[in-house]
Amino acid sequence: MSFPWAQHYAPKHPVTQWLDERLPLPRLVYNAVGAGYPVPRNLNYFWNFGVLAGAALGIQIITGIILAMHYAANGAIAFDSVESIMRDVNSGWLLRYAHANGASFFFIVVYLHIFRGLYYGSYKAPREMVWLLGVVIFLLMMATAFMGYVLPWGQMSFWGAQVITGFFSAIPVVGDPIRIWLLGGFAPDNAALNRFFSLHYLLPFVIAGVIILHIWSLHIPGSNNPTGVDVKGPQDTVPFHPYYTAKDGFGLGVFLIAFSTLLFFAPNLLGHPDNYIPANPLSTPAHIVPEWYFLPFYAILKAFTFNFLWIPAKLWGVMAMFGSILLLFFLPWIDSSPVRSTNYRPLYRWFFWMLVADVLALGYLGQAEPSTFVVFASQVCAAYYFAHFLIILPIVSRIERPLPLPNSITESVLHGEKAEAAPFGTQTA
Amino acid sequence: MATLEQTGSPDDGHLGDGHRRRDFINIAAVSFAGVGAAAVVIPLVNQMNPSADVLALASIEVDISAIKAGQAIKTSWRKQPVFIRNLTPKEIAEANAVPVSTLRDPQTLQERTKEGKQNWLITLGVCTHLGCVPLGAGEGEAKGDFGGYFCPCHGSHYDTAARIRKGPAPLNLHVPDYAFKSDTVVQIG
Repeated sequence: MSFPWAQHYAPKHPVTQWLDERLPLPRLVYNAVGAGYPVPRNLNYFWNFGVLAGAALGIQIITGIILAMHYAANGAIAFDSVESIMRDVNSGWLLRYAHANGASFFFIVVYLHIFRGLYYGSYKAPREMVWLLGVVIFLLMMATAFMGYVLPWGQMSFWGAQVITGFFSAIPVVGDPIRIWLLGGFAPDNAALNRFFSLHYLLPFVIAGVIILHIWSLHIPGSNNPTGVDVKGPQDTVPFHPYYTAKDGFGLGVFLIAFSTLLFFAPNLLGHPDNYIPANPLSTPAHIVPEWYFLPFYAILKAFTFNFLWIPAKLWGVMAMFGSILLLFFLPWIDSSPVRSTNYRPLYRWFFWMLVADVLALGYLGQAEPSTFVVFASQVCAAYYFAHFLIILPIVSRIERPLPLPNSITESVLHGEKAEAAPFGTQTA
Repeated sequence: MATLEQTGSPDDGHLGDGHRRRDFINIAAVSFAGVGAAAVVIPLVNQMNPSADVLALASIEVDISAIKAGQAIKTSWRKQPVFIRNLTPKEIAEANAVPVSTLRDPQTLQERTKEGKQNWLITLGVCTHLGCVPLGAGEGEAKGDFGGYFCPCHGSHYDTAARIRKGPAPLNLHVPDYAFKSDTVVQIG
């Protein structure tokens, strides 16, 4: 589906005409990311991050398939095979560093993509399904990243697997049998390593499939925009190609410069030195932390140090951690404000930036040693995270008086957003 | 001559109560296919369980004659660490001084050791929170606020009877099945 004024695919060459009548794949591409997809004309650079996330997935799949050609999923030699990739395989160091840092960059652009959606209300009607599928992709990414981190079979790999599969043992009664079933043993070992490798290879393609659904559901209402105002007519849109292919292309260049900088000058900056020690089931690293992109959730997990009601602390921590992500599935219905863009929500804007600060603080606390202060601060920040969604957001969306919206995207572009945000009647055209 | 009315007669499978024989066959066939699909799931799920070689882990025997009072060793059983600790009289007294009712997982030191061998504290070295190996068995390692074990992952403190005293772990360190073969040899498992 698209707007009625979308350009139509009209192949001129006999070969493309012949193909279009038999397998209209070029037509599909033309309508999805070509001139056949009209996009609001006022998108800013925050709209680059969807394409960048797709590019990051591409990098991960290509480097990952190659790494799998040289990697051995066996507890006895997995660590050595990764070291052989680093030292012996031609360009192996580059591919492995690209894969390891590519995961970090995938999360960087996805987090920016998520906060873009939060700021501009892209999760609201009629784009709820886009948001829900996005949360599914995020969960799949976390599972994939976790299992990938286990594969080098270093100390952090092993103990990460131990701790994360330990989450399941928090489930009452059936928890330990489930954990043993997942691991195929009493502790992470060969069986677990092999199945993680198998699933780590599978899940990126599942992610690619859900991304297709994500884009499909996006293209039904069309893209949101920085004003959050609906597209009213042809004057509000431009064709995706060449306008946004060019803008995304520029963003991709900037992304690749940042990626290369880290890849070539600080490839281990985001990793842990302990993962260059082979896995040792008898010794936990003194300071065990997950990869940076899990830290806010890890802080929530660690915040529960006391039993509450009849539920033990461990189960609270695990439930809160999963709950903090599952809560996002309900966001489109928690935020009942009809105004999408936070630019026009003066009260919510404060709480949006409070949430950003809260998540950053949780990220810091996630890697800090569990001192009394850190535990207390984690508890405050974790409580605020839940309060944001369960208390603040429902109240703010009811009591807030939003600023006047522009009449259309075109008007907002031509007048400039500052003038447009002024109350009706005081605008200086 | 065949008419529209005649095609609706009981001859074409209608049993007269609105059901056709074909409805029954449809339901039966799809149901049986469902049973077949469910049966196929069993091996697909079961292959995830620990394999025979993982389960075939013999029990281990450990010589404890060299462990002096106040010392501890780490050994490995079922790919998991086991702590064997020779408690000092002071540590035993500390463990016994705690009112059991104040504990998160109430157990006495007596219940966690063998009769007459109260100084031998044998536990899994697996934190009951998320499975890290607590510190405290090795020379010079942090023993936590209660002189037993301390888990560095999420800050659980265990006392000299390896009972949870502080932090997120829900239970005491697990005591495996074991028996003394002699005064100096203990069999775990």
